[in-house]
Amino acid sequence: MAGDTLTSSGYIKHHLTNLTFGKHPDGSWGIAQSAAEAKEMGFWAIHVDTMFWSIGLGIFFLYFFSKAAKQATAGVPGGLQNFVEWLVDFVDDSVRGSFSGRNALVAPLALTIFVWIFLQNLMDLVPVDVIPELAKLLGIHYMKVVPSTDPNATFGMAIGVFILVLFYSIKIKGVGGFAGELTLQPFSSNNTLVNILFIPVNFVLEFVSLIAKPISLALRLFGNMYAGEMIFILIAIMYNAGLILGLFGGVLQLGWAIFHILIITLQAFIFMTLTIVYLDMAHHEH
Amino acid sequence: MNINLTLIGQLLAFAVFVWFTMKFVWTPIMAALETRKKEIADGLAAAERGQHEQELAKERAKDVLHEAKAQAAEIVAQAQKRAAEIIDESKDTARVEGERIITAAHAEIEQEANRAREQLREKIGLLAVTGAEKILRKEIGTDAHQDIVSALAKEI
Repeated sequence: MAGDTLTSSGYIKHHLTNLTFGKHPDGSWGIAQSAAEAKEMGFWAIHVDTMFWSIGLGIFFLYFFSKAAKQATAGVPGGLQNFVEWLVDFVDDSVRGSFSGRNALVAPLALTIFVWIFLQNLMDLVPVDVIPELAKLLGIHYMKVVPSTDPNATFGMAIGVFILVLFYSIKIKGVGGFAGELTLQPFSSNNTLVNILFIPVNFVLEFVSLIAKPISLALRLFGNMYAGEMIFILIAIMYNAGLILGLFGGVLQLGWAIFHILIITLQAFIFMTLTIVYLDMAHHEH
Repeated sequence: MNINLTLIGQLLAFAVFVWFTMKFVWTPIMAALETRKKEIADGLAAAERGQHEQELAKERAKDVLHEAKAQAAEIVAQAQKRAAEIIDESKDTARVEGERIITAAHAEIEQEANRAREQLREKIGLLAVTGAEKILRKEIGTDAHQDIVSALAKEI
């Protein structure tokens, strides 16, 4: 618990502040001691907690999956291999269902996205105070455990996907084809002059829809997880408000956590599916 | 909530993870799955082939059994025929042998009879001579009338 001296807004704010390492305005490098200090660091700062948890979870995921892959045999699969194969099969089915081109990158990309985002989201189910309080014992004052509640993490992945979308669009359709896709539709005419007049209109429409892809991808995941985290924090505040409200809060937390299991899986799945769909669109010639 | 360098860090981590998954997770697992799929398909095909072969073998076994039965019947028939032949042959042989034995016996009997007749003849001759001798002893000596005795014996 955040302590009696802390106000509710202080408690919430504390929970929403990343452990930021960066350059102080006075020129020295170090960890920001408050949210305001973290803000002052600007772009040249790094969220140590986000990086730690996301990379840690990524290594956790890759460790078990590569272990299973290394032992993978065509014979009778063991427990871990069975589980991994089930997930791989599930992702493979999704990719086969939505992706019609031929690209060896898409399926592993989808698997990474699904499992990694799921694990990041899963950290949301750890009671909000457990890890930050443990960190406090180690002398770390800020600890935001769920990487997917940090827009940097979600935008990082979404931009990664966006770069692939751009790369494959240009690779498959060529620069001209891609530019044509951006400017010659949805409005087109048989008259060349009218077509030229349509170019700016088309470009605005298509550019917005292109840019909307990574932004919606990132903000959907971020928004869902941030809101979920926020509700967990709000429920946690109830523990400070007496026994009855505290017990009520416990029930609420359990209920929300169970509901959240659905959300975290669904968000990971949506991110994966949209990635596949966007890449499929990048592979399609009009 | 600030957008900062973490974005780049996450992007790089994401890229590395995707690369790692592609190289060390997806490829081997898909290979294993493909191999298993193939093995199962092969197994099913082999089972089907085995079943087919079993059916063929059953058919063949039936044929072989049929043939064997026919052969056995033939062998039995042949054996019976041969047995009859052997019996006939033995009958013939026995008849011939019997005839031979009978002929030999007849010959022997005849020989025996001849010999007995000869002996009898000699004995009778001797008896006659003895008788004559006894008669003649009273009249003449045996030596003087030897030629007559032998002529007599020959005549008998």
